Amino acid sequence: MADVTLTVNGRTITAPKGMLLIEACKLNGIEIPAFCYYPGLSLQGACRMCLVEIEKMPKMQTACTTPIAEGMVVQTESEKVVQARKSTLELLLANHPLDCPVCDAGGECELQDMTFKYGAGESKFIDIKSHRDEQQWSPVVFYDRPRCILCYRCVRVCGEGMDVWALGIQNRGQGSVIAPNKGDALDCEECGMCIDICPVGALTSGAYRYKTRPWEMTHVGTVCNHCGDGCVTTAGVRRSDTGSEIVRCDNRDRSGMNDDFLCIKGRYAFDFAANPERVTTPLIKRAGKFVAATWSEAVELVAAKFQETLLDGGPKAIGVIGSNHTTNEENYLLQKFARTVLGTNNIDHHRTADFASFARAVATSKAKTASMSEVATAEAILLIGSDPTEEHPLLAWQIRNAVRLRNARLYVVNSAGIKLGRQAAQFVKVAAGSEGWLAAYLAGKDAGATLGVAAEALTKLREALAAENNLVVAFGPEVRGEAIDALVAYGAAKGAKFICLADYANSRGAADMGLYPDLLPGYRAVDSAGLALPQMLDAAASGSVKALWVVGANPAARYANGAAFSKPFLVVQDLFLTETARQADVFLPAAFAYEKAGTMTNTCGDLQRLKKASDVHGVKADFEIIIRIAEKMGAEIEKLVPFRGYTFADAGQSRGAQSGEADRNAVFTEARGLASRTSPLDPTITLDEISQLVPGYAISRMELAGGVPQRTELVQIEAAGIASHPELIVPAGNSLFTSGTLGRYSATLNSVAENHSKAIEPIGAD
Amino acid sequence: MKFSEQLEARYSDMLTHYPVKRSLLVPFLLYTQDEFGYVTDDAIEELSRRLEITALEIRNVISYYSMLRTKPGGRYNVQVCTNICCLLRGGEEMLAHARKTLDVAVNKGVTADGVFSVEEVECIGACSWAPAMQVNYDFHENLTPEKIDRILDEYRLKAAQQ
Repeated sequence: MADVTLTVNGRTITAPKGMLLIEACKLNGIEIPAFCYYPGLSLQGACRMCLVEIEKMPKMQTACTTPIAEGMVVQTESEKVVQARKSTLELLLANHPLDCPVCDAGGECELQDMTFKYGAGESKFIDIKSHRDEQQWSPVVFYDRPRCILCYRCVRVCGEGMDVWALGIQNRGQGSVIAPNKGDALDCEECGMCIDICPVGALTSGAYRYKTRPWEMTHVGTVCNHCGDGCVTTAGVRRSDTGSEIVRCDNRDRSGMNDDFLCIKGRYAFDFAANPERVTTPLIKRAGKFVAATWSEAVELVAAKFQETLLDGGPKAIGVIGSNHTTNEENYLLQKFARTVLGTNNIDHHRTADFASFARAVATSKAKTASMSEVATAEAILLIGSDPTEEHPLLAWQIRNAVRLRNARLYVVNSAGIKLGRQAAQFVKVAAGSEGWLAAYLAGKDAGATLGVAAEALTKLREALAAENNLVVAFGPEVRGEAIDALVAYGAAKGAKFICLADYANSRGAADMGLYPDLLPGYRAVDSAGLALPQMLDAAASGSVKALWVVGANPAARYANGAAFSKPFLVVQDLFLTETARQADVFLPAAFAYEKAGTMTNTCGDLQRLKKASDVHGVKADFEIIIRIAEKMGAEIEKLVPFRGYTFADAGQSRGAQSGEADRNAVFTEARGLASRTSPLDPTITLDEISQLVPGYAISRMELAGGVPQRTELVQIEAAGIASHPELIVPAGNSLFTSGTLGRYSATLNSVAENHSKAIEPIGAD
Repeated sequence: MKFSEQLEARYSDMLTHYPVKRSLLVPFLLYTQDEFGYVTDDAIEELSRRLEITALEIRNVISYYSMLRTKPGGRYNVQVCTNICCLLRGGEEMLAHARKTLDVAVNKGVTADGVFSVEEVECIGACSWAPAMQVNYDFHENLTPEKIDRILDEYRLKAAQQ
């Protein structure tokens, strides 16, 4: 759009036509304070903080509701404006307690900052401040009315942003309060967006409040460990007795592709790290009982047993089960170890989406995959299967934003009436299990009868989709095998981009990194396929697989025959004694995603960096555990992780007058891949190997280091030979409040889930 | 929940008055209150369903308007104005008198026999005849404590006869 030129504080600035004055100023580095204004939400004009003087306008105007106009002359820091801000603050503080030192938001409160800046700490009011007691609305949301400044941000983000509409305003004027939808309790998705968006300490998080201060924490932005969407969550970390602990997770810094969004899991479900059931010493089973062991003992035993098994039964007697939660580097290293050191292709993971078929389909049709960010800017979205509100909260957020802010058209095809149907331009309810036929129908075949839908609805959908150009197609695990080929072929012809939805944080990474018995990293078929997960377990139960190595997975939760775990020599790397781990011969306590560095690939193929946030004494990252086992087995570590054993770094710069240079030097060398490669435990060496060898993973290290998600594409060297195994896909079926086995150890998730299974009695407001 | 035939007819008619359904919320809440004596939880749920807005939103609106209530009032709701004109001519005293006579301490409180409730209200548009009060939809003007006693007696009698 054409630019408009205006004058602000005597400076000439330009901004796109139609932009709001507050945004135009921000764009040009001029700050206008505001409480109620929030980008992406509807305009409120409630707080009056953004009043500015505009020439030829009789009164001061709110910059958050005034669009810029050519030749406008604005004053944002005149005496009158500053006085207005001060008066506004004085009114906001009329009933606001002045007890910042005890308030949970002290130190990160917008009202505190503004009061400090404009100096309205002293009040002309002599009346006693009206007080109301604090309320707890849910296990994680507390509301303290006196601190509330009625900016409506929480009301709007809950309604417009989340489409939950669980918050409202009741009463009038001074007596107004934010009210939850169940009288004195909340019945909602418990995302906690209202807490993050609250500019003051009125809404606080049950998981975090009064535990620490923002300046006492180190803030580490890392990738959420739960669903496959890949939100960045910023962990607030502080020292603890056993290392360092995460006190909260939020995204106030808006540093990820999720921008200001986080769901309940990203925000609260880090607490399993400190669950008392967590095991932090290696365990060896002796006479049917676990006995604590040292790392050396445990690793030596595992290495010896693996070697023994190899000698007795050959590589086919060992099975390896990888994880959906471990990093790309760990997955890559695990399969490399299995294939080179153990010499077996018996490696698999819990598949929640048919990425193999997707890779084949995308590669043969030269179709493109869509990033999570592209969903929010798509002109049209076709969603087949899945319930993103429950299983992919960020995707649901992106879809809602596309519809709400950019008038995108959403087409939903589902066998259930999912919540996103509210945003849908067309909602087609098909018979359960028939989702896969849709592509065939869209492509022109007569599959209407199979779908169990009236012909008119289908024709209408087909015609509407035919007219769409910038289309993103997201499909759940309902679409598998050849149905994916058909869908991709249909969409590729019209330039659509695709997202294949998988359930866990690094499900896509596990698939891309070749945790398959028949596919190498990058979906390249192997000559002699190993055993897939169910066959491996069958073989373990029958005795032909004699050693089973389970890394961060819980197959016993889905596989009934206990002999599969009791019979072989079972090694489990995990955090807890899960159904599988309880039967282990050796248990190795692992670090989880927030306790290690590496990368993860989300379900869309966006590669992001995990940064180590917390630390628990005793546990080790899976990467290190694998290396240690390899070392004890006498493997050549340099071949597994090509570390060089010498350094490029100028160590002298870390001291003395130039000490500040050391960090910059480290950033530069790290970004160029020139950092020292002195340790085989450094996963960035493996990342280098991945980006050189795995098709589609040639990413920019510089950008990745800067926090920019990197696109990976499903580029194929040869698509032929990728077999479809739709029968091996077992969707996790997680809801908003569950997250596989890990979720069971999160006290917060459990408390919220319990809260929701109870019927909450509505209390009439008066 | 079921509306009376009359209320149902009114609903259907009002639907045609507004471009969007939610616009009939405020007037219809008043009619609902007339029918049931107050806006019941059931009525809120029913309107939420019919107007396709959340029950929370309806409660937000109800809590904004002082003339809407979610708890039963007396058969005769005595609304004494204490806004500026009435105030200057003794509105506060009239309210205090009504409260004392009926032994109702809190605002919107109901007498033990359920016949009366007393409410302090903002301007009822009877400024020329201040102080004034409204009992249900009837206006009583130029009040004095004696006049209030007489009026209340009349209503008491009426209630006893029914």
